[in-house]
Amino acid sequence: MTDTTAHGHTSSTGISNVKLGMWTFLGSECLLFGGLISTYMLYRGRVTGGPRPSQIFDIPFTSVSSFVLLMSSLTMVLAVSAAHKGEDRKTNLWLTVTALLGATFVGGQVYEFTAFYNEGLGFSTSLFGSSFYTLTGFHGVHVTVGIIMLMSLVGIFKRSEVPGKKAEVVEMIGLYWHFVDIVWIIIFTLVYLIPV
Amino acid sequence: MAIIEREIEVMAPMVATPTSTYGVLKRPVAATGWRAWVFTVDHKKLGLMYGVTAMFFFIVGGVEALLIRLQLAAPNGKVLNADLYNQMFTMHATTMVFLFVMPMAAGFANYFIPLQIGARDVAFPRMNALGFWMFLFGGIFINLSWFIGGAADGGWFMYAPNSGPVFSPTHGIDFWAFGLQITGIASLTGAINLIVTVLNMRAPGMTLMKMPIFTWMMTVVQFLLLFAVPVITVALFLLSFQRNFGARFFDVAAGADPLLWQHLFWIFGHPEVYILVLPSFGIVSEVLPVFSRKPLFGYPFVVFSGAAIGFVGWGVWAHHMFASGLGPVSVAVFSLTTMAIAVPTGVKIINWILTMWGGKLVFSTAMKFSIGLIVLFTVGGLSGVTHSVAPSDTQQTDTYYIVAHFHYVLFGGGVLGIFSGLYYWWPKMFGKMLNERLGNWNFWLMVIGMNLTFGPMHILGLQGQPRRMYQFTEARSGEGLFNFAFWNLVASIGSFVLTIGILLFLINVVITARNPTKSPLDPWNSRSLEWMTSNPPKEHNFDVIPTVHHLDEFFHRKYEEDPATHTMRQIATAEEIMAEQERNADAHIHMPSPSYWPIVLAFGLPVITFGMIFSHLIAVFGAVIVFFAAFGWALEPSTAPASDFETNNSAPSTALDTVGKS
Repeated sequence: MTDTTAHGHTSSTGISNVKLGMWTFLGSECLLFGGLISTYMLYRGRVTGGPRPSQIFDIPFTSVSSFVLLMSSLTMVLAVSAAHKGEDRKTNLWLTVTALLGATFVGGQVYEFTAFYNEGLGFSTSLFGSSFYTLTGFHGVHVTVGIIMLMSLVGIFKRSEVPGKKAEVVEMIGLYWHFVDIVWIIIFTLVYLIPV
Repeated sequence: MAIIEREIEVMAPMVATPTSTYGVLKRPVAATGWRAWVFTVDHKKLGLMYGVTAMFFFIVGGVEALLIRLQLAAPNGKVLNADLYNQMFTMHATTMVFLFVMPMAAGFANYFIPLQIGARDVAFPRMNALGFWMFLFGGIFINLSWFIGGAADGGWFMYAPNSGPVFSPTHGIDFWAFGLQITGIASLTGAINLIVTVLNMRAPGMTLMKMPIFTWMMTVVQFLLLFAVPVITVALFLLSFQRNFGARFFDVAAGADPLLWQHLFWIFGHPEVYILVLPSFGIVSEVLPVFSRKPLFGYPFVVFSGAAIGFVGWGVWAHHMFASGLGPVSVAVFSLTTMAIAVPTGVKIINWILTMWGGKLVFSTAMKFSIGLIVLFTVGGLSGVTHSVAPSDTQQTDTYYIVAHFHYVLFGGGVLGIFSGLYYWWPKMFGKMLNERLGNWNFWLMVIGMNLTFGPMHILGLQGQPRRMYQFTEARSGEGLFNFAFWNLVASIGSFVLTIGILLFLINVVITARNPTKSPLDPWNSRSLEWMTSNPPKEHNFDVIPTVHHLDEFFHRKYEEDPATHTMRQIATAEEIMAEQERNADAHIHMPSPSYWPIVLAFGLPVITFGMIFSHLIAVFGAVIVFFAAFGWALEPSTAPASDFETNNSAPSTALDTVGKS
């Protein structure tokens, strides 16, 4: 998705194609997570003999990993700002830090999933299990894809000039990253904080 | 938009393509022969590829329909057994909805939206190619199941838990769910692409309210796709996880709610029916004014009623579930919204009729199909309103009355509109006009055939013939005019009349292709921008990007109002406008290069899903393909560095001349 409206073409909206494309895509993503969250909300109390949410959730742990993820939004903003100023080294630095924070979050999720599984909550254990792993798993995949995109950007920036305008691309991926963070705020609240 | 214009003094427009690459493979340049199609990113070629593929699936779905009608032609049909019959009606609907009407509309949108808004391509040309290949591979993937253990057999809405592994142990539904997932991504990329194209790439002066009506309706459709597709994506994931990875979403023993699937499916499924029919509304709204020699009556009303259908279409899904025990409040609410959505649809029909009112009607084949749509869609719309009355619907649910209703709206609405568009735009796409006499036969046989086929189903349904019943016995047949066997036979005969009508279209295509006569530049005296270029259009669409001053810009360049008599008089012919454009052609136009990666990336997806069903090792292999292709894609220059545009000016020509090969 690097075809841009750069090169002297003005767009009708004033927003570049890549950014408008990302906004459009995120609109669609809202419905994807909407469907998954609805499924979870419907099924969160249906445990059929398996562990209940309150029995396995470790809220302090997840709060810390949520905080790490939210901080990555801050570093993402710093990366976008550096890219706009044309500061290549700083851009790369903040993109890397963002990816590392994201990776910490995903690492926390892997740890959490393992712990839950050992406490008896498998994917097939109950409706709660199936819908919990599906919802948080989809979010985790989104973060992972974001990390891959960030690291690819860093790699491409080091090797050569990025196709399209650099700051536009960083900003586009930033949009995605912030969206994934915001979705996590909703998931964290609905899944972990509100008691069943 | 990967198009660069530079100020170079060359008289003729030239098309240059970049050669250098950051990618793993060299980016193909100016491909010829089959490569020109397989690696193309040109919206017009992709539009045609969508159309041809959709037509192929139309024939596949048609054969499935004929087998169904053969089975039901007489009591105790023996053509298909019950199992095969289930697969047949499931795949007939799936093919017609997802592999014919949707891609056909995508084809029209691809081909004509950039032309109608005065753009040279879509916003993301490679993503456009990716969409087509995902659709094709997804369609093939779904149909592979016929040869590997049997196709999906749960009906096109695949209600869970009935579609779970217990009731459908073959891999048919796995293929169906994963295949639709792939075509769903195709729809999503298409929607993003076209929305950005329409919002960002309109010709100077073309405000939203000066946009051709077909583009408007297709834009509404893209928004519907954008928000509807992710919902079925979720539903399909849940189903696949249940069938393949032991999730329990639809396991009633674990306390699952059987309505979950129904809600998710119909929240997608109801917008989907507007996704199927709004493109045809757009086509008809283009065709009627041209052949009535009048502007579209109440253009803003047609636009806003289309948008209103798009909005209200989200609030009516549960009318598909009246018999499921939702409770009186839900049923009442959804009854009312369903009645409400008939209003904007009625607005459109009134607008079309008033467009024709007092016009100088030209009964071309395209016009006949459009008028056919108005009449037959209205019949289907009225039976639709009867469904909004919940008590009546409870009687009709799962009977042939429903089958009659949705075939009137989808065949009488969707398909007739598509044929109208094919006859109208054929000269634009191929530079030749379809034979009008054959077209006349094609139209009448299709209309008579469709009424013979689907008309009797109203009677059969009200008599109580259940939908999806694979046999009926002589003992259950009614008396006289209400005789099951008689009306089923009529419907079966009708389906063959319909088939002959469609065969005539295919014959017409062959005859037209062999006929050397070229079409005039502006055969129908049309109104919108796509006619302001050659037939078929050049690779870069327009020699000069038009500046738009009017709705129906092309018409207003041909005609102006005589202030004395208040009549329109011609001030220019299409040929003169075209010649003017060629004189002022943009000096240098750069089009995006072809690319290997869309087809490679798209191919990786069915490999992944195949592996999900049979062996995870294959899935890993597919993932590697996708990963590799995604990086090839990202690293490939979509616009080339300056050195690539060193042109070979020795052979300037008005033909498509590819330069910069060396």
